[in-house]
Amino acid sequence: MPLLQITNLHATVADREILKGISLSVNPGEVHAIMGPNGSGKSTLAQVLAGRELYRVTAGEVLYDGKDLLALSPEDRAREGIFLAFQYPVEIPGVSNMYFLKAALNTIRKHRGLPEYDAMDFLELVREKMKLMEIDQALLNRPVNAGFSGGEKKRNEIFQMAVLEPRLAILDETDSGLDIDALRAVASGVNALRSPARSMIVVTHYQRLLNYIVPDFVHVLSQGRIVKSGGKELALELETSGYAGLGIEDAEAAEVAPGTASVSERPVGEVAPV
Amino acid sequence: MTAVAEHTAEWLAAFTRQDAAAPWLQDLRDAAFQRFSELGFPTTHDEEWRFTNVARIARANFSPLAVPIGFRGVPDGVETIRPEDGALYLACLASYDRNPFVALNTAFIRDFVCLGVPKGAIIAEPIRLEFLSSGGSQPTVSHPRVLIVVGPDAHCTIVESYVGGGSYFTNAVTEIVVGDRAVVDHYKLQRESLDAFHVATLQAKVGRSASFSTHNISLGAALTRNDVGAVLAEGADATLNGLYIAGGSQHVDNHTVIDHAKPHGVSHELYKGIVDGQASAVFNGRIIVRKDAQKTDSKQTNKNLVLSGDAVINTKPELQILADDVRCTHGATIGQLDAEALFYIQSRGVGAREARSLLTYAFAQDVVDRIKVKTLRDSLERVLFETFHEHAEQ
Repeated sequence: MPLLQITNLHATVADREILKGISLSVNPGEVHAIMGPNGSGKSTLAQVLAGRELYRVTAGEVLYDGKDLLALSPEDRAREGIFLAFQYPVEIPGVSNMYFLKAALNTIRKHRGLPEYDAMDFLELVREKMKLMEIDQALLNRPVNAGFSGGEKKRNEIFQMAVLEPRLAILDETDSGLDIDALRAVASGVNALRSPARSMIVVTHYQRLLNYIVPDFVHVLSQGRIVKSGGKELALELETSGYAGLGIEDAEAAEVAPGTASVSERPVGEVAPV
Repeated sequence: MTAVAEHTAEWLAAFTRQDAAAPWLQDLRDAAFQRFSELGFPTTHDEEWRFTNVARIARANFSPLAVPIGFRGVPDGVETIRPEDGALYLACLASYDRNPFVALNTAFIRDFVCLGVPKGAIIAEPIRLEFLSSGGSQPTVSHPRVLIVVGPDAHCTIVESYVGGGSYFTNAVTEIVVGDRAVVDHYKLQRESLDAFHVATLQAKVGRSASFSTHNISLGAALTRNDVGAVLAEGADATLNGLYIAGGSQHVDNHTVIDHAKPHGVSHELYKGIVDGQASAVFNGRIIVRKDAQKTDSKQTNKNLVLSGDAVINTKPELQILADDVRCTHGATIGQLDAEALFYIQSRGVGAREARSLLTYAFAQDVVDRIKVKTLRDSLERVLFETFHEHAEQ
C-alpha cells in the first residue's frame, strides 16, 4: 500500500486555482522529486499536504497510510509522521529552539503512545542528532530561527526532521539560498535520514539538489499539473534542455528579462559529484 | 460642577471622619483635599483621561480599609525614616495639583511607608512591599503611600506587589528619590482582584549620573490606571518598562512621562501589551526634553498584541522636544499572532491552542527577561504561562 496517495487534487488560494488535478503515489522508502518552474504549484502542494489553511482544497483526495489526510489538522498530520521542511522557516523570537523542539517531540511521542522524554533523554538525543547534522549547540539555545542565516535556517529544518523522525518528509526548496557547502551539508543530513521506512518528497526548482539527494522518481509540475514523470534521468534531461525543452515556460526566467530571456541562460547547478 | 460635588460629598464625609494627624501632615492633607474638591474626578473630556472612564470609581461608595501593607521584611541596611523627617520629600515628587487621585491619596495619608537607603549602601536583597486588599459586600478603598529616599551612590531594588480579593479600590502613590550616582531597580506587580480598581502614581526623581529602572506589570483589576513619571538630572539614565495583559472586560491605561530636565540624559522605554476579549488598553508615553537638556538620548517603544476582534488599543507617543541636539525615537505597533508562525509551530505537532499560547508568551518574553529579581521573574513566568493557557482556551 502506498504511504501517500494523491488523487486529482485541486486547490485554490483566494479563489485562484493553483493545483489543477495532481495525482501522485508515494511508497514507503521512496524519494520523489517534484520539479517545476516558479508558479507551477510545487510549494502549494507541499503546504497543502502539511495542512496550511491558506489553501482550500476544492476537489480530490489525499490518503496517507490509508486515512483521509485532508481531514486532519496540521498538528495531527505532524503527529502522524508528516514533516514539512519550510522554504522560508519562520522566525519565532522569544521561544528557544530547544524548548520548541522538546515540546514538539513530546507531543508527537505522546500521540504515538511512547513515553515523553525528560530533559536528560532529550539532551542525549539532541547531541546525537547534532553530530549527524553538523549543527552548532549555540544555535539550539537561540530563539527559533531568529537571526539565523539562510543556511542555518535550512540546516535547522533538517535537524528538526532528524529529531522528529517523520515517516513522510516534504522538503520545500531546501536548496534555495544555499551556497555549495551549505547545500552539501544539508543534503548529507537528508541522505543520512533516508530509510526504507521513510518516504520523501523533494520540491525543487533546480536540478542541482538532486545531484546530492538522488531521487527514485522525478515529476515535472507545470501550471498545477504533473506534465511528466520519470526516473532520476528526467532531472538530468531538464538540466540540459531546461523547462523549455518540455515546452514549459519558466515564470522566473520570464520575470527576470521579459521577452528576451532564453531558459538555457538560467544558471544550472554545480557539476555532479562522482 | 454639580456632578463633581455629588461625587466628592462621600469623600468629604470620610475625610472629616479621619483622626487628626500631626500638624505638618494635617496641613498637607487639608491642602490636598482642598485641591481634590476643586478638581473632582476626571471625565473623558479631560485629555489625560480621554480613554479611561472612572465614573465607576466616582459613583461608588467605598468604606475605608486600613492601608494593608505587608512588609516581607526590610533588608538589613535599609532605614525606616520617621514620618516627620520624610516630610521633606513627601508630596514633593508626586504633585497633587493636577491629578485628583494623587490629591485624594495625599488627603488620606496615614501610615505611609517611609524608607531610606543610606549613602553608598549596597542592598542586595529587594525591599518588598506587599499590599493586600479585600472587599466585602461594600467595596473598600485604601490609599497606599510609599516614599523611598535612596542616598547618593547607594544601590537597591524595590518590589511592590498588589493583590486582593473582592471588590475594592486601590489608590496608590509611590515616590522615589534616587540620589546622585545611585542605582535603583523598581518593580511593580499588580495582580489585583478582577473586581478591583487600581489607580497608581509612581514618581521618581533621578539624580545626577544615577540610574533608575521601573518594570510595571499589570495583570489584574477591572480598571487600571498607572501614571509613571521620572525626572532626570544631568547624565541620568532611566528605563521604563511595562507589560499589561487584559482580557474579559478589563481596562488598563498606562500614562508615562519622562522628563529630561538636564543634558546628557538617557531613557529607554518598552511597554508591551496583550489584549484579549472585549478588553481595552491605553498607552500614552510623553517624553519631554527641556531646553537645556542637550545630548539627550531617548527611545520609546510600545507594542501591542491583539488576540480578539473586540479588543481595543489606544496608543499615543507625545514628544515635546525643546532642545536641538538630541536623539529621540519612538515607535508603536498593534499586531495579531502571526498566522505563518502558528502554522509553523503546528506543523511540528504542537496543538493550535499551545501554539497560540507559546507565541503569546514569546511576545511578552523580552519584558520578562529584563526582570533581574529571579524570584519575581519565575513567579511571573508561571502566572503568564497559566494566563496564556486560559486565553488560548477561549
